[in-house]
Amino acid sequence: MFKCLRNYTMFLVLMVVSGSALSVVELREFSSDQQRDRYQVLVNELRCPKCQNQNLADSNSPIAADLRQEIFRMLEEGKSDQEIVDFLVARYGEFVMYRPPVKKTTLLLWLAPGLLLVGGVIIMLTIRRRQSPERKTNPILKAEELDRLDELLGENSLGETGDSSSISKKGSKDK
Amino acid sequence: MARIKLFVPLIIFIVLAVFLLNGLERDPNAMPSALIDQPIPEFLLPVLGDENRQVDQQLFQGQPALLNVWATWCISCRVEHPFLNSLAQQGIRIVGLNYKDDVVEANKWLSDKGDPYALSIVDSTGRMGLDLGVFGAPETYVVDSSGTIRYKHVGVVDDRVWQQHLLPIWQQIK
Repeated sequence: MFKCLRNYTMFLVLMVVSGSALSVVELREFSSDQQRDRYQVLVNELRCPKCQNQNLADSNSPIAADLRQEIFRMLEEGKSDQEIVDFLVARYGEFVMYRPPVKKTTLLLWLAPGLLLVGGVIIMLTIRRRQSPERKTNPILKAEELDRLDELLGENSLGETGDSSSISKKGSKDK
Repeated sequence: MARIKLFVPLIIFIVLAVFLLNGLERDPNAMPSALIDQPIPEFLLPVLGDENRQVDQQLFQGQPALLNVWATWCISCRVEHPFLNSLAQQGIRIVGLNYKDDVVEANKWLSDKGDPYALSIVDSTGRMGLDLGVFGAPETYVVDSSGTIRYKHVGVVDDRVWQQHLLPIWQQIK
């Protein structure tokens, strides 16, 4: 008896929940899975003219619902993706495309990421070159001074290595 | 050379500031209509109050008109209505597009508030609105005597909008 009641309650809850889901997401019968995928891509890439920071898929505005319906209708009529996008652009302007076409006015938009990357790499390489050890010592001493320094260091280090090796030899003999 | 380098951040700042200041002045909702200088799209729709009669795009041939998109569910249209009445009194031809509305309600609205429209086209499905690129009401189009859309205003038309934007174009095409 209780089990039956529980099932019945569950049934009621599900009825209510599925009802609310229906009102937000439209149910559409696509003729194929491929059609459904194309529809999803289109409503995600096209922008709602009313709520400009949302795409057609996200927007609840009546115009977005109309446009989704229109896209669905055109898809089922066998129109190509390009035809559907052109249809909307003719009415609402290029503004409705979240993926703008490559042309003169949008060239900067398309090239900017690449340009920024190349610029960043150039700046990074320049900074790294400046910080490399050989360049670090140079600004203080001129070329001749560096040569002289090498000379002095060379004499010194030769003598030192000679001494230390003899010492270590001695040490090893003592052992 | 090193001196000039010091100014690079300042220059970048100035360029950015100019761009951003420019952006502040612009209305983010303003959208250029794709149909400016295009003919009124083809349609064949009934007339409000006389639903057996149908009109098409020929309606806009021969004399200039304002095409006003309105609906009884649209709050701003209520605000706009008295000004449209006063425009109609000045002899300006206004064609209404009753957009996705209830015909009974719409007729009642006009008998209550006055009818500024030469006639209103009934677009109950929003099909013509879609062809016009309407994305909300009210919207007002200035259409010249050859049936070409010359200007589009989104939102309420009041005295300021009329004087600043619509009237100059209206005088050109009259």
